[in-house]
Amino acid sequence: MSVSHIAPAGTAAPPPAAGTAPRAIVEVRNVTKTYAGGVEALSGISLEFPEGRLTTLLGPSGCGKTTLLKIIAGLIPASGGQVLVDGREVKGPGQERSFVFQDFALMPWASVLRNVAFGLELRGVARSEREAVAERHIARVGLKGFEHKYPHELSGGMRQRVGLARALAVDSKVVMMDEPFSAVDEQTRRKFQEELLELVAKEGKTFLFVTHSIEEAVYVSDRIVLLSRRPSRVSAIIEPKIVRGDDPEKIRRDSAYLDAVEDIWQQLKRYLD
Amino acid sequence: MQTTDVAPTVAALPSVREASRLRDILIHPLVLRIVSFAAVLGLWEYAGRIPLSAAFPTFLETLVGLRDIAADGSLGKAFLITLKPLLIGLSVSVVLGVGLGVLMGLHRPSEWLIAPIFIIAQAAPLAALIPVLTFAYGIGLTAKVLTVCIMAMPVIVLNTLGAVRNTPQSLLEMARSFLASRSQSIRHVILPSASPMIFSGLRLGSAAAFIGVILAELLITPTGIGDIISYNQSVADYPKMYAAILSIIVFAVLFIELLERIEVSLFRPEKRP
Repeated sequence: MSVSHIAPAGTAAPPPAAGTAPRAIVEVRNVTKTYAGGVEALSGISLEFPEGRLTTLLGPSGCGKTTLLKIIAGLIPASGGQVLVDGREVKGPGQERSFVFQDFALMPWASVLRNVAFGLELRGVARSEREAVAERHIARVGLKGFEHKYPHELSGGMRQRVGLARALAVDSKVVMMDEPFSAVDEQTRRKFQEELLELVAKEGKTFLFVTHSIEEAVYVSDRIVLLSRRPSRVSAIIEPKIVRGDDPEKIRRDSAYLDAVEDIWQQLKRYLD
Repeated sequence: MQTTDVAPTVAALPSVREASRLRDILIHPLVLRIVSFAAVLGLWEYAGRIPLSAAFPTFLETLVGLRDIAADGSLGKAFLITLKPLLIGLSVSVVLGVGLGVLMGLHRPSEWLIAPIFIIAQAAPLAALIPVLTFAYGIGLTAKVLTVCIMAMPVIVLNTLGAVRNTPQSLLEMARSFLASRSQSIRHVILPSASPMIFSGLRLGSAAAFIGVILAELLITPTGIGDIISYNQSVADYPKMYAAILSIIVFAVLFIELLERIEVSLFRPEKRP
C-alpha cells in the first residue's frame, strides 16, 4: 500500500507511480466550487484519474464528493479551474462519459428495455438497433427476462442494475457512479461490489466511483482519493495493493484490505465532530 | 447455527381459511363500491319516504321520472344542447390551460406574468361573475362557453404548472447526462412525468366545467338540462327535476372515468393490467 499525503494547501497533482502508470483520462485542475450564498464546497481540487481503473472519491458526508463527480460529468459548472476528459475541456455532458445515479433515475413510465436504451434513443439510434444493444446489456447485468417489466416491478437492486446497464449501453469510456449502492440492501450491495470488480476487469473502462463507505471503497477501488471536510481538498491518495484473485470473498479477509480500511478510518476520524 | 422451521399452522385450519375467504370477498373493491352506492341510494330512498320535504322525491320516483323524460326524447335533446357549450368550453380550457401551464412551468417569467390571474380566479367565487358575462356577451352560446372556461381553466392551468415544476430533478439530470436536448427533455421526460398530475387537473377541470355549464343554464337562460331542471321545478314535477340532476351527475362521473381510462391507455403503460 502506498499512501501519498498531500499538504493541506496542495493544488499539485499527485505524483504518478513510476513508469507503468496508465495515462490520465480525466484531469481535474484546480477546480473550485462555491455555491450561491457563499458556501464553498470545493477548494482547489487537482486530480488525475488513470484510464481503465476504478478510482473512488471518499470523504466525510457533505464533503462535496458528489459535487466533484457532477462537475466532471458536466452536470454542474465549476466556479473555477477546469476538467479535461481525454484532453478536451468539459463544457457539459459528453458522449465519452456516462452516469449512474444514486436514486437510479429510472423513468417509471418506461420499460426496462426503453430505460436501458434511452441514451441511444436520445442519440437518434434506430429502434431495432438500440433495442438489440440494450438487450445485450440487460442480459449482462443479469436481468434477462425483465426487459418488458417496469421499474416499480423491480427491487432496488434490480433497478440499479438497470441504471448500470443504461450507462454501459452508450459505451462511454468513463463511467461515473454516484453512491450507486447506497440505496440497496446490504446483501445486494456485496453482490454488486463483487460484480463491479469483474466489470472493471473485463470492460477496460475507467470508473469514477463515489461512496461514503470505507469498506466499499477499499473493496472495489484501484485508487482512493480521500477528500477533507468542506471546503474540500484532496487529503490523501491511497492505492490499496490488494491481490484480487478468483475468489472475491477472500478480499474481505485479506490483510492489505483490512489495513487499508483501518488506515483510512484513522485519517477520516479527525473530520468527525 | 440453529435453524427452526415454523410450519404455517394457521393456513391449515379450514374454518380460518373460510373466514378469510369471506373477508376477501367482503373487502373486494367491486363489492365495496356497490355497498357504497347502495348505502347512498338507500338513504335517498329512505329520506324521500319520510318524507324529508314535499319537494324531495324518492329514488324510485326519480327513476320513473328519468324513464319519462328519456322516453319522450326531451332528455336526449337537452343533453345535446348542454353538451355544446360544455365541450367547446372544455376543449378551449384543456388546450389553452395545458398550453399555458406547460409554458409557465418551463419559463419563469411567463409564470410571474400569467399565474397570478389564475391563482386569483381559482380563489374567487366565479359564479358571481356570470351576470357580468351576460352583460358583456349576451345570453347566447358565448356567455355559456365562457362560464365553462372560467370554471374549468384555473385548476387545469395550475395543476399543469405544478406538474411540470415537479419533474424529479434526478430525471432531468439523467436526461442531460445522456445528452438530451432541451426539446428531448421536454418530450421524453418532463411531459410524461407531468402527465398524471396534468390529468388529475383535467379531471378536476372537467368536474368544474359541468358545474359551470349547469350554472350557466340556470343563471343565464334555461336551455338543455338546466331547462328541464328549472321547468320541472316551476311546475313542481320534482321526480323529473331530480332525474335531470341525477342524469347530469352520472354523465359527469362517466366522463371523468373515461378521461382516466384514456390517460392510462395513452400515457401510463406501467399501470396497464
